[in-house]
Amino acid sequence: MNRRQFLASAGIATVMSALPRFADAQTVKRLEIFVPAAPGGGWDQTARVMDAVMRDAKLIGNSRITNVGGAGGTIGLPQFINQHKGDGNALMTGGMVMIGAIISNKSPVDLTAVTPIARLTGEYLTIVVPAASPLKSMTDLVDALKKDVGAVSWAGGSAGGSDHILAGLVAKAAGVDPIKVSYVAFAGGGEAMAALLGNQVTCGVSGWGEFSEQVAAGNLRVLGISAPERVEGIDAPTIKEQGLDVELLNWRAVFGGPDLSDEQKTNLVDLVTKMDASEKWQSELKTRSWTRLFLAGDEFAKYLEEDTQRIAGILKDLGLA
Amino acid sequence: MDSFVSLANGFAVALTPVNLMWGLIGVTLGTFVGVLPGLGPALTIAMLLPITFQVEPTAAFILFAGIYFGAMFGGSTTSILINTPGESATIVTALEGHQMAKRGRGGPALATAAIGSFVAGTLGVVGITLLAPIIVKFALTFAPADYFALMLLAFVTVSAVLGSSMVRGLTALVLGLLIGLVGVDLQTGQARFAFGQMALLDGIDVVIICVGLFAVGETLHLASRYRAGKDEIIPIKGSLWMTKQDWARSWKPWLRGAFIGFPIGAMPAGGAEIPTFLSYFTEKKLSKHQEEFGKGAIEGVAGPEAANNASAAGVFVPLLTLGLPTSATAAIMLSAFQSYGINPGPQLLVSQPDLVWGLIASLYIGNILLLVLNLPLVGLWVQVLKIPTPYLYAGILLFATIGTYGISQSVFDLALLYAIGIVGFFMRRYDFPTSPVIIGMILGPFAEQQFRRAMTISQGDLSVFYTRPISATLITISVLALVVPLVLGLLRNRKPASVST
Repeated sequence: MNRRQFLASAGIATVMSALPRFADAQTVKRLEIFVPAAPGGGWDQTARVMDAVMRDAKLIGNSRITNVGGAGGTIGLPQFINQHKGDGNALMTGGMVMIGAIISNKSPVDLTAVTPIARLTGEYLTIVVPAASPLKSMTDLVDALKKDVGAVSWAGGSAGGSDHILAGLVAKAAGVDPIKVSYVAFAGGGEAMAALLGNQVTCGVSGWGEFSEQVAAGNLRVLGISAPERVEGIDAPTIKEQGLDVELLNWRAVFGGPDLSDEQKTNLVDLVTKMDASEKWQSELKTRSWTRLFLAGDEFAKYLEEDTQRIAGILKDLGLA
Repeated sequence: MDSFVSLANGFAVALTPVNLMWGLIGVTLGTFVGVLPGLGPALTIAMLLPITFQVEPTAAFILFAGIYFGAMFGGSTTSILINTPGESATIVTALEGHQMAKRGRGGPALATAAIGSFVAGTLGVVGITLLAPIIVKFALTFAPADYFALMLLAFVTVSAVLGSSMVRGLTALVLGLLIGLVGVDLQTGQARFAFGQMALLDGIDVVIICVGLFAVGETLHLASRYRAGKDEIIPIKGSLWMTKQDWARSWKPWLRGAFIGFPIGAMPAGGAEIPTFLSYFTEKKLSKHQEEFGKGAIEGVAGPEAANNASAAGVFVPLLTLGLPTSATAAIMLSAFQSYGINPGPQLLVSQPDLVWGLIASLYIGNILLLVLNLPLVGLWVQVLKIPTPYLYAGILLFATIGTYGISQSVFDLALLYAIGIVGFFMRRYDFPTSPVIIGMILGPFAEQQFRRAMTISQGDLSVFYTRPISATLITISVLALVVPLVLGLLRNRKPASVST
């Protein structure tokens, strides 16, 4: 093999390896992203950022985002299932909250009908107290719960949502009956935060992003974070290291339509994997302080199954399922 | 006077030609969005969120703030002219405003709404500049029990909109309360009155009921009477502008409206609707022209319009100082902050002074732009009334349908809109007032949730309502507002009786 032949074969190899990529890009010429939530929320932002990143990286040609919001995603889900059966060019954003909503709304369809593609990001939840609170650690909170469960009021999002689930898990781990938890549901983060800052409730649960500024300003104190181990950049002890076996991740993911062929599924997993690897996605994660928790294909499907089991269990303990 | 130096810097930021342009686009877009029933500022800003990928933060927020204020302004126009509130915050405006328009005084009604909005909006922005920290501290002391007491006061004020027949008014109110219960209950996660319909799980959007009762109901009512040959609307009579008397009767309601609207708007669970009810009630009680209420009293337009714009300004207080979104629109603006990697919170003023003061300055400028845009438009808007009734109402029906479909792209919602429209038609036909339905629908769930929150926190101890000073005060005012007129009425009736014996 002389030099010329070598260069030629290398050239061919390059072209050959580029070809399938070209073909890939063509199979998702037109991507439909379905958001089972109103514009503006986390799932919607995930969809819009994905859209911008994938178009920037020329992974897709045309795209369209559809929002069908309401009831924790259970209104949009049946619609996605009906409209995108066997459709390899459609993705739906969603997340952990959907599992709870499906169970407590007694939705006729669930996430087993759609094809899990990948978990993209996630947020661990934190438990905070007002700065003036006498509670300093999870141990103090557990003691208070043991003394009188009802006297500890928890502020968080809607009943059966991720915040409520964490309150239930903590109560259960502390050895008190989750059904007796005084959970006060607020619509939207603003009202719950106001109740905390105004010292109206004992403690509050939400994602770290919602509390970080108030913690930095010294208005709130973190008791614990629901991560398996300490998270870089967040100055908070885990709930686990304080002796309670509690972990909870509020994840966001994308799903494909029902009944996809193996090829269609591989295609979508590839597309999302490439998007995740792109520089633009990484920089968007940084500006938005989203934690990357990428888990694709079958591994994600397995994770989804386990998480569904666990959440169904705690919802039953909370008296919601 | 640190805030003034910062504000001056803010003006320097907001007055750059580019930012001025964004402000102008915002208020224009907002006005149109407000005019269209169904399309609200929250939805519009949400649709424009991707703009945050291209534009620098200050410009985007100036645009969004313009849309928000513009929508509040625009919503009143349709309330007055065609009895179709573009926003739930302008329902009360329709009560007197449309009556004025029917009597050929659409011009002054629009003018007092526009100027009142300007006055109150400006006062509100002054309030943000000077009082933000104090207001926020006060607003945070409101516990669920106090909010419930505030709702109680709002319920008392509802009597002002019940109309001439108490029974009919209360029936309408109860219908509203019932509609408000539909959907998944926030505190327990259980569905109520959803009848197994997935589409009802999230409750019924207040805009659908609003548009259904007012726009569709009104259209059907007019269609049914069209052959009777009686045109209800007198296009324009007298001056297009406010007379000296109009000014004299408007300025106090503007100021009172602003003082009611701003603090309630700043409360984490205050909203824009409640201050409009309170303002209407206050004006009705204080007016020297009580007999005109229900027939087109200008105070009933001036006060609530000022109140809703002041509350829109109030919403910025917790958003900018604490990062607390207190309305749907504010929540979407918060997510825009986050897409820039900015976390609004107590540090925002220190970390992003240009952004915050630029935004505040642009609120002042936005108010002026709105007045400039809307006052000359008054003449144009009233021309709408010259459109022959069949075409006008066909157009309203079209916009109502598009607007409703735009909210959720749901056919179910469209069917619901027309079903509610038919209910609205029969209510009009048999003389039931329609506003109490909307008010019941807004206040009912709100009062219920706050009551149950208060009960959960106190573990079922009712004493929270009279041991907390704010709650006790508000409940006392409610009781007085209810009892005093009754007692006075009794005394007045007794006097002639004692003379006759």
